[in-house]
Amino acid sequence: MIALLVEAASWTFLLLGAFLVLVGALGLVRMPDFYTRLHPAGITDSLGADFILTGLVLQAGFSLVTVKLFLIGAFLFFTSPTSTHAIANAALVAGLKPRHAVVPPRPPEKATQDEEAR
Amino acid sequence: MESVINMALLVFLAGTAFAILRRTTLFSVVMLSGVFSLVSAALLVHLDAVDVAFTEAAVGAGVSTVLMLSTLALTARHEAPGTRSRAIPLIVVFLTGLALVYGTLDMPRFGDPSAPVHQHVAPRYISATAHEIGMPNIVTAVLASYRGFDTLGEVTVIFTAGIAVLLLLAGTIREPTTATKITAMEHHLVLRVVTKVLIGPILLFALYVQFHGDYGPGGGFQAGVIFAAAFIIYALVFGLETAGNALPGRAVRILLALGVLIYSGTGVVSFFFNKNFLDYSVLGATAQAGQHIGIILVEFGVGMTVAAVMVSTFYAFAGQNPPIGDEEW
Repeated sequence: MIALLVEAASWTFLLLGAFLVLVGALGLVRMPDFYTRLHPAGITDSLGADFILTGLVLQAGFSLVTVKLFLIGAFLFFTSPTSTHAIANAALVAGLKPRHAVVPPRPPEKATQDEEAR
Repeated sequence: MESVINMALLVFLAGTAFAILRRTTLFSVVMLSGVFSLVSAALLVHLDAVDVAFTEAAVGAGVSTVLMLSTLALTARHEAPGTRSRAIPLIVVFLTGLALVYGTLDMPRFGDPSAPVHQHVAPRYISATAHEIGMPNIVTAVLASYRGFDTLGEVTVIFTAGIAVLLLLAGTIREPTTATKITAMEHHLVLRVVTKVLIGPILLFALYVQFHGDYGPGGGFQAGVIFAAAFIIYALVFGLETAGNALPGRAVRILLALGVLIYSGTGVVSFFFNKNFLDYSVLGATAQAGQHIGIILVEFGVGMTVAAVMVSTFYAFAGQNPPIGDEEW
């Protein structure tokens, strides 16, 4: 019974992870510009990879493999968001503007103040 | 299923190769060659050549991408458009390809157990490793003991290449001034914190790979690259100056030579016991124990030289660059 439950949970995680990776790949192709593409790319290697690793941990049971999988998971948990952050930061600093950014209209008095300041 | 995965990976590989050919932006060429290495590493894992895959992933996808990027910082970002005609290279490549395809016709079928390569020395290694060397990972036994002389050659090649890079760039390495001390990513809190968290585990993992090579995939080559990666990350995030304080360029150059010296020195010891070069069986009480000691020493030398070559190459390239200002990054 327990074995069946573990198996079911494992496959749920694996399929969920595979789904997220697939969605991430689709988003990478379909999204309009660099910053929006980073979002699906980030999903792929953070949550997608972590779900797949969780599924594999459940498959492996209590063994050295599980420990190694946990370590890989911990490593990805730190590195994936950091690399996404670094890429986005580098692009922003390099001067790449979001293509479809909605810039809220500035209130008029603020604008005149700015002009006076100039 | 097996062949489906193989084919998918090979198609990926061919696609990446074509993409590399078609690109003129060198930045994406470098990134794509990293992808190429990673896919070939996956292919090698699938062929059960885990040690080779490990090396490919660590060297090809990891460190060489960083080294190529630091080279790119010194040169142009775009490929210069070729002016010569493309017909002759195309014909040459086409004919070479035809010759290669013709050559494969004589090759034994993929995975054929009666192929010459599986009949020559491999069966002896597989049957004799257990009692001659007593090591679970036959790859390490072959690499460091049976084929120790070949591996010494490989290490010497890496050593020579490292020396050549240092010599070529030696005249132009900038002396770090006080201005360069304000370094690239000082203000990037996220990167700094994460790097600090990760460097320890990376170094530990390198040691694990180094000394676990007798029992599982790993060994000096992979460990050396991982070791170097930790220092390269440190230099990238905290600046060359800080990394130079932790691991001075002088010390790296000494380690560079010391690794090869340890390797060949281990080989020379057996001369004193009337044995052949690199015959480790004299090093311990029993032949097996001697083999173990010899292999650990030799792998240590390999790791040291590889790490030192990678780090000093990175130092040499990064030392050329004007420090990247915060506003440019």
